Amino acid sequence: MANILANFSNIIIPVIIFYIVAHGVLNRVQVYEEFVGGAKEGLKTVVQILPTLVGLMVGVGVLRASGFMEFLGKMLGHLTERFGIPADIVPLILVKMFSSSAATGLVLDIFKTHGTDSYIGMLTSILMSCTETIFYTMSVYFLAAKVTKTRYTLAGALLSMTAGLAASVVLAGMMG
Amino acid sequence: MLNYIWAFMILTGVVYAAFTGNMASVTDAALSSAGEAVSLCVTMAGVMALWMGLMKIAERSGLIAGLASGIQPFLSFMFPRLPKKHEAREYIATNFIANILGLGWACTPTGLKAMEALAELEKERGNPAYLREGKNGAARTASREMCTFLILNTSSLQLIPVNMIVYRTQYGSADPAAVIGPAILATLFSTVAAVVFCKIMDRKP
Repeated sequence: MANILANFSNIIIPVIIFYIVAHGVLNRVQVYEEFVGGAKEGLKTVVQILPTLVGLMVGVGVLRASGFMEFLGKMLGHLTERFGIPADIVPLILVKMFSSSAATGLVLDIFKTHGTDSYIGMLTSILMSCTETIFYTMSVYFLAAKVTKTRYTLAGALLSMTAGLAASVVLAGMMG
Repeated sequence: MLNYIWAFMILTGVVYAAFTGNMASVTDAALSSAGEAVSLCVTMAGVMALWMGLMKIAERSGLIAGLASGIQPFLSFMFPRLPKKHEAREYIATNFIANILGLGWACTPTGLKAMEALAELEKERGNPAYLREGKNGAARTASREMCTFLILNTSSLQLIPVNMIVYRTQYGSADPAAVIGPAILATLFSTVAAVVFCKIMDRKP
């Protein structure tokens, strides 16, 4: 099953590219000219988000290097363990809100220490599948629209994440 | 909002590091993170150009319109005030489809385009903050469509967590794919919470 899925993710991109170009040719689109035009727009967007990315990654980097994340994890861990969330998971939840790649580092760490099929391993697996990088997405997307007042977006995102977290705890409990 | 969060990260980080003697690693992290952001952008630039180029073809050939029509009922439900013929609709549709299929590389480009199009929509609606351009333009407030789009996006729409299955395989799981079922359920649950929240906020004046 895992192999099928890994293969699926390997072939899906070439298949999509093939399909788009073939569909374009069949519909008599000037495929190459359109491609270059689109690529130009894409580059413009990347240049626009670079400053946010620098700001955000420096912020996360500083906070992580200071050791504050671990400290917070330990402190909140006492509280969250009552709800079935082990202390090791707390930094992961916090980091996942900012950076997917930083969270991946922590996930692999948890798998190494606790195994993948333990309660913690299962909880980590489910949790990472149903949450997104809230702050990263918000800051990058809102920057594209030059919006600074984000109204109820954060509240909604956090609520949805909490719902996912609660579901993960229940489901991981059922599996283990 | 982001002003406070960012200031909190930087200030707390530095103060905490001062007390715990981690100043050297904070210096390192600040400099290397800034560099990482640039190299991430360089990597992303290629992918972004490739994807947006392909999307342009798909747009011209009518492929996107066809794909987007599949989830129109859902879009009409979530974005009742979004005009039927607006390009924001297409970008939102493609972004959701990319999210559901777990095409991470395709999500950001379409998401950014969707946000730009939604800002354009506010301009068309005559929202004063969006009419003024320039460096020190007025503080723009997110439109309802932007809030809904962002909340749904951060609620995770991905159906099959391919990454997690691969990591689980790497670390010797007896059943790496066991995560699929619960992941779909948990994702469904978090998305339903997001939908309900958005609908409630959308009703408010």
